[in-house]
Amino acid sequence: MPITPLIAMVRKDLQLFFADRRAVIMSFIVPIAIGSFFGSIFSGPSTNTEAARIPVAIVDQDGSPISNDIVASARTDKNFALALVSADAARDQVRRGKMTVGVIIPKGFGDAAGKAFFAGGAKPQLDLLFDPSHATELAMVRGILTEHVMEAVSKEMFTGPGGRKAVDDALGRLQATGLPSDEQRALGTMLHSVQAYYNQQSTAGSTSTRAPGLTMPYSTHEEAVTSGANIAYNGYAHSFAGMGIQFLLFATSGLGIEILLERQKGLWKRLRSAPISRLTLLAGKTLSMTIVALMTLLVSFAFAMVVFHVHISGSLIGFLSVAVATSLMAATFGLLIAALGHTPQAARGVSTLAVLMMVMLGGAWVPTFIFPSWLQQLTLVVPARWAVDGLDAMTWRGIGLAGAVAPTLVLLGFAAFFGIVAMSRFRWEEA
Amino acid sequence: MLKINNLRKTYKDLVAVSDVSFTLERGQLVGLLGPNGAGKTTTVSMIAGLVTPDRGEVFVGDHRLSGDTDPVKRRIGLVPQDLALYDELTAHDNLRFFGALYDLTGAALEQSIASVLELVGLSDRARDRVKTFSGGMKRRLNLAAGLLHDPDILLLDEPTVGVDPQSRNAIFDNLEVLKKRGKALLYTTHYMEEAERLADRIVVIDHGNVIANETLAELHARVPAGPDGGRATLETVFLTLTGRSLRD
Repeated sequence: MPITPLIAMVRKDLQLFFADRRAVIMSFIVPIAIGSFFGSIFSGPSTNTEAARIPVAIVDQDGSPISNDIVASARTDKNFALALVSADAARDQVRRGKMTVGVIIPKGFGDAAGKAFFAGGAKPQLDLLFDPSHATELAMVRGILTEHVMEAVSKEMFTGPGGRKAVDDALGRLQATGLPSDEQRALGTMLHSVQAYYNQQSTAGSTSTRAPGLTMPYSTHEEAVTSGANIAYNGYAHSFAGMGIQFLLFATSGLGIEILLERQKGLWKRLRSAPISRLTLLAGKTLSMTIVALMTLLVSFAFAMVVFHVHISGSLIGFLSVAVATSLMAATFGLLIAALGHTPQAARGVSTLAVLMMVMLGGAWVPTFIFPSWLQQLTLVVPARWAVDGLDAMTWRGIGLAGAVAPTLVLLGFAAFFGIVAMSRFRWEEA
Repeated sequence: MLKINNLRKTYKDLVAVSDVSFTLERGQLVGLLGPNGAGKTTTVSMIAGLVTPDRGEVFVGDHRLSGDTDPVKRRIGLVPQDLALYDELTAHDNLRFFGALYDLTGAALEQSIASVLELVGLSDRARDRVKTFSGGMKRRLNLAAGLLHDPDILLLDEPTVGVDPQSRNAIFDNLEVLKKRGKALLYTTHYMEEAERLADRIVVIDHGNVIANETLAELHARVPAGPDGGRATLETVFLTLTGRSLRD
């Protein structure tokens, strides 16, 4: 392969790339800006920033000791930003998006909950008003609220006057339950024991030392598994990988479209009239696109390292091999755009869609676990997924060189596939 | 120097070039004329190696052209109808790139760039970006790019489209110089006065076939003199040969 034309093509493409200020900004500054933005959002709690609280409006229409306890307990919860409001205000604030969830404790809730707690009576209902655009938070609020309600109801039932009354009522209604006589006897024994416990409590004479209600019988210790002990997860590493790949794909598809523009301008007639092989022409294009893509990725990560202290905790050689394989894959993707596109305008639309789909399915925007299982399987044939996983492995996961082998090989496989298809579909005739 | 034998090219059912043969000698300019869609550009594209003919041969000297990397392609220069230049690069950078495609490097490349820029009168604009050039300057640079590797044969596909009379005249002067240097020039155009001024011989193509391959005097002789005794214009001859019906 003659080296002079090859070098000339690469140099010319790089000159053209840097001459286009918009392309340079798109390729270098935008991924840094977006990577920084997403990184700041998804860095997680390990960066010592306080987790966002869910705005919850609570309405106490009951005014019972149980509802008071629920409100008091929820008020201390670090996951909630709680406001005690009226029912109308709760509905209005949720509708306007100022509150994510509104919780209405209806009149008679405490009494009915107590009865349901012991005797399995009709369960009272808590009304949850929620913003449909925050359905995920609804699930969180429902779960956390369960803990507060169980604690308040059980506390009142085991140690409070409401509980005493409920036990007395239950004992009075024992005959009417229709239970078999042996079960009635057993339940009666249990309720009498509870009554005895109440009497003992009141003899002690203080309600301020009431035993707590049912609480969670366990606590959790949470540890983010990163590259090493006491090394916090750096969300910027992942966001710069995702955004870097997105924009290098944009950059190379732009260069692919540039080939179509060159054809439209008649420049390929000059290239084809020179005594140069088709392989040299495509190799020159691929090489220049690979260099642009690699620069985009490395500059983005260099920024993330300096400003956001992203570390290559795994293997530097592994990181570089994944980066080079990713860049080569992106370059051949650009070549594919040029081979399959009929006009620059049509190719621009299709390539934008293809890049966005690729990075979205690759997990650059949102974690892939939120996808349906069939889609998660499908992401294995998305090269961006391998690129993101490979870069994550070499940065915050801290996996060694072995962790780079599979992503590198798969990405090189994609590069070969794109390159072969591009070569076979490229229009060489310049009429 | 250039010999075209029975070239044919079809696109599915469309016969772009049916059977074209002619020759081009050293120091000669042959005008290739024809209505729109006659097959001129396809013929030039086949000679330049941009399009593979279905049939026929192109000889440069005694060597039959074959393949993309045939070194004999170095003896051919192409000046496409489009302004095939990179607007964002300077004139010098454009020429450096096009020269490198022909393996020109270093001092030889710089000397060649200086020489062609001087020929087309753009030496003082070498370091300016092409996007700042006028249409005429771009046309002259387009010509210069085809001359960089000092080809023996120059294929010019409508090289004066859209330029002012001054630039057109400058290009004609350049072509006269090249002829005197012994270059063989194949010149396609729609402007009859250009062919009358420049061509030593005229090949007229229509419907993919050569319908005339003669000197200007021989072509004029085909059409009787007018009532005033003056000879017919080349345009009259052309319309007589190709008809007056619209082709687009």
